[in-house]
Formats: sequence, C-alpha cells, structure tokens
Amino acid sequence: MDYVLQLILNGLFVGTFYALVALGYSMVYGIIKLLNFAHGDIYMLGGFVGFTLLTVGSGALAGGGGIIALVVVMALAMVATGLVGLVLERVAYRPLRSAPRLSVLITAVGASFALEYGVAVGYGPNPRAYPVTVGGGAVHLLGARITYAQLVMMAIAVILMFGLDTLVRRTRSGRAMRAISQDPRACLLMGVNVDQVISRTFFIGSALAGAAGVMAGAYYGKIDFLMGFIIGLKAFTAAVIGGIGNIRGAVLGAIVLGLLESFGTAWLGSQWRDVFAFAFLILFLTVRPTGLLGERVTERV
Amino acid sequence: MTNVLEVDAVDVAYGKVQALTGVSLTVGEGEVVSLLGNNGAGKSTTVSTISGLVRPQQGTVTAFGRDITRATPWSIVEQGLIHVPEGRRIFSRLTVHENLLLGGYTIKDNSLIESRVREVYDLLPRLADRRAQQGGTLSGGEQQMLAIGRAMIAGPRLIMLDEPTMGLAPLVVAQVMETIAAINSAGASVLLIEQNARAALKVAHRGYVLDSGRVTLTGTAAELARDPQVVEAYLGK
Ligand SMILES: Nc1ncnc2c1ncn2[C@@H]1O[C@H](COP(=O)(O)OP(=O)(O)OP(=O)(O)O)[C@@H](O)[C@H]1O
Ligand SMILES: [Mg+2]
Repeated sequence: MDYVLQLILNGLFVGTFYALVALGYSMVYGIIKLLNFAHGDIYMLGGFVGFTLLTVGSGALAGGGGIIALVVVMALAMVATGLVGLVLERVAYRPLRSAPRLSVLITAVGASFALEYGVAVGYGPNPRAYPVTVGGGAVHLLGARITYAQLVMMAIAVILMFGLDTLVRRTRSGRAMRAISQDPRACLLMGVNVDQVISRTFFIGSALAGAAGVMAGAYYGKIDFLMGFIIGLKAFTAAVIGGIGNIRGAVLGAIVLGLLESFGTAWLGSQWRDVFAFAFLILFLTVRPTGLLGERVTERV
Repeated sequence: MTNVLEVDAVDVAYGKVQALTGVSLTVGEGEVVSLLGNNGAGKSTTVSTISGLVRPQQGTVTAFGRDITRATPWSIVEQGLIHVPEGRRIFSRLTVHENLLLGGYTIKDNSLIESRVREVYDLLPRLADRRAQQGGTLSGGEQQMLAIGRAMIAGPRLIMLDEPTMGLAPLVVAQVMETIAAINSAGASVLLIEQNARAALKVAHRGYVLDSGRVTLTGTAAELARDPQVVEAYLGK
C-alpha cells in the first residue's frame, strides 16, 4: 500500500514537470501549428541557467536557504528561457511563417542542435552535478515519502498551470491566442497584433519549460546538454495523449504519462522507462490521434 | 462633405495575376457606398487592400485624412476602420460572447466593451439567446449577424462589409440590410460589397461597379439602378 502511494507521488511529481514542458509544446502547436523541436532544449537551457545561478549564488544562499534559492532561481531561469524562446521565434520561425511545413520543421531541428551544441561548447559535454538537490526534510504520508522541496516545486508548477489556464480562458490575450489558432487572418481584422501575441505565447511556453528544467536538475541531481531531447519527445507524447493544442489536455496527458512511467518502471525496471512514453505515443497516434481531450469540433461547413 | 475614405489609383497584383488596375473610390462621412461586381472582379481585393491585408503595388489609401497605405491591419482597426470579411470568419470554437469580446480587442476600456456588447444584444436578440453557444453552431444568417455585431463592438467610423448577404434567405437579407441601415444612422459610414445589387442599391447612396479589376461605372444609387448596363448585368430585366 505505502509502496503504491510512493509510486503515485513519484508519478505525480514527474508528471508535473512533464506538464510544464508539454504546455509550451501544445500552446505553440495550437497557435501556429509548429512542432517546436527546440522546445525540449529550452527546458535543458533552463536547467543550465539554474545551474549557473545556483553556482554563482551559492555563497549567498548557503545552508538552509536551499528551497528559497531554488524558487528565486526558478523565477530568473523562467525569464531567461522566456526571452530565448522569444528570440528563437523572432529569428528562426517568424521569417518562415508562410513557408512550407517541412522547411519550418527542419529549421526547428536546426534550432534544437544549435541550442544543444551551443550549451555543450559553453559548459562542456559532460554532465554537471546540480548544486541543489531535492534532499533535505521530507513529509511522511502513510509510509510514502515526499521532500519539502518536491512539494514546493509541485506547488509552484500547479500555480503556474492555474495561472496559465486562467490567462488562456479569461483574458483578452488568451482569447486572442485561441482565436489565432483558429483563424489568424480574421484576427488581424479584429485589430489583434498577431505577431505580438505569438511572441507572448513563445515567451510563456519557454518560461514554463525553463522552470521545469530547474525542477529536473534539482530532482535528478545532474544535467547535461542532451537532456532536452528525450523530454521533448515525452512532452510531445503528453500533448498527444491529452489532445495537442489543448491546454488542460497537455496537463492531463503529462500526469498520465508520469504515472505510467512510475508504475511501469517499478514493474519492469527503470531501463524501460522511456519505452512507455513511446509505446503510448504510437498507441495514441494510431487509435486516438485527437487525444483524450481532443477538440470537440462542432463546426458547420 | 468630407471623405472618410479615399482610394487613389490603386494597383494590386497577386504574383502574375493583376487583380486591380487604377482603382479609385471615395466614401463620404455618413455615406453608404456600394461596390458591385461579378465574381473575380476584385471587390474583396479592394477591401482587403484598404484594411491592410493586401499591399498595393501602386496608389494610396487615405482614411480619416491619414495615409494608411502601409499601415498595419491592427492600427487600421484602431482608427475605427473595420472590415467584415467575406464568409463571415466567425471563430467557430469561441462562444458567441467571446466572438463579440474579441471584436473589442483594440478597446482598452472594458466597461465600454461591455456596454457595446449589451447594445448589440439589444439590437440582435438572437445573439443574446445564443451567447454561450460556440460560434460554429450558429446558422449562416446568425453567423452573419454575429460578424456584423462583432464589428460594431470596435466602434466603427467606417465599416466595410464584404458580401454580407451571400447565401442568405430573402427575409434574412432584409434583416441584414436593416442592421446596416441602423449602423449607418448611428453615424458610421459604410462601404458595402455586394453581388445582390437590388438589395445593395436600396440602402446605398452611391455606388461603383468593378469589372476585371477596374472601376467601369459610378453614380448615385438611383442612376445605377437605371443604368442599362447594371440592369442587364445585376438586376435582371
Ligand atoms: N490570394 C490570391 N492569390 C492569387 N490570386 C488571387 C488571390 N485572391 C484573389 N485573387 C485573384 O484576384 C482576382 C480578384 O479576386 P477577388 O477575390 O478580389 O474578387 P471578388 O470580386 O471579391 O470575387 P467574389 O465575388 O467571387 O468574391 C481574381 O481573379 C482572383 O482569382
Ligand atoms: Mg469577394
């Protein structure tokens, strides 16, 4: 029983940071129908920005300041990765807005390599140990164990997700995002500065991925320049499971994926972890490509 | 009468296809002007050029005394020049209410948006009944009303409607025309693109006939309605 609860907690934790990455993937796909292959690398970049900040600031925040330091670092990493996402869209994707899909896809793969090997040049190719790990105090719940730092990170992730959901559903910007995903040209006639809203979407999506990067560094205890590759594929899987382009779907898909991995690895061994994601990706793409919460389209043609 | 819109000698080409050649037209303050023409004559291209979606190779567009030839579509909307596109272009997965709110995207004052939405619901009660419904579930006539209502939220000084009666039953056509007349009497100037010349010339003060990208005829609505060329081409015998 306590073992099962532990698996659920682990699955939920991993699921929340998959969700943060999947959200950006899904938002960008929703608004401009671009599979942003570089999105996972933004997450990796978040991990490295966090690494640098924690290393530089470790003197100031030594000792018991671990959790507070982590929160501050997460916020700064979000701003940094958000800006990188914004620049990426501006220089790599915007000039290709009306180009064939394949060209844009190739550009995205190129951007992904540029980020990966850019970081490899800057930080060296070897994994780096994260200056803060989520050790420390823990809550014991019916025999299962979750650390305070994990709880804080999950809480932050949940707040970010609720914030995003409210933004998209209730605000002027959010309405514009949803409208652009349906008909960008008509949005121009509503007076929407479409480029600006797309920039904003990239900023938000990339910032969320950056937050997840810091979480991952703290959780796994190490980062490397290729860590974004697998997570990118997993975020994509989560987005597909939930229904790509759907905000709540991305979160649901990520949680489902996190739990599946947690239980799956307990059952078959951790070397199988990544297999679950791709098995489910293939399953969903074949059986239910619109995902669990795929758009219920009620369009009259 | 001052002109709210002046299109001067505009040429537009889509690649090798010359869509407009030397098109000039004006809309005066408070006026309803109709733009008639067959399929492919260049009517939609003309309004899209005015609203900044399409860039002309030659010529200028002036609205409210300002040159907007190279202005962005959103800054044109901010000035109160609203284009209701061909085919309505309702956001089918947003609710009726959200569609209306989006029409007020350039308005910073939320209470102004709210009060205009209420006015639209008063004028078009069918929309009020369907406010929580997805735009895509509306009938064609309701979608057209929504498209017009959405444009009204922006507070148009000049509204351009591209074939608002396309595919609608005669009763609904009359209703659309009434709504256009109401918008006009509330103070907005109107540029009305129509193939349905009979309906258009009833509400219009003046009109232009476009043929293969050129203005071939212009005059008051009464003159056009009597013109043998118009009668033959657009009004039947
Ligand atoms: N995006 C485009 N690319 C290439 N050619 C275009 C494009 N849009 C319009 N055209 C061409 O420009 C000409 C004018 O088209 P336009 O849509 O302005 O006509 P219209 O008068 O609005 O016709 P309709 O009554 O059918 O709506 C047509 O020959 C059309 O094929
Ligand atoms: Mg047309």
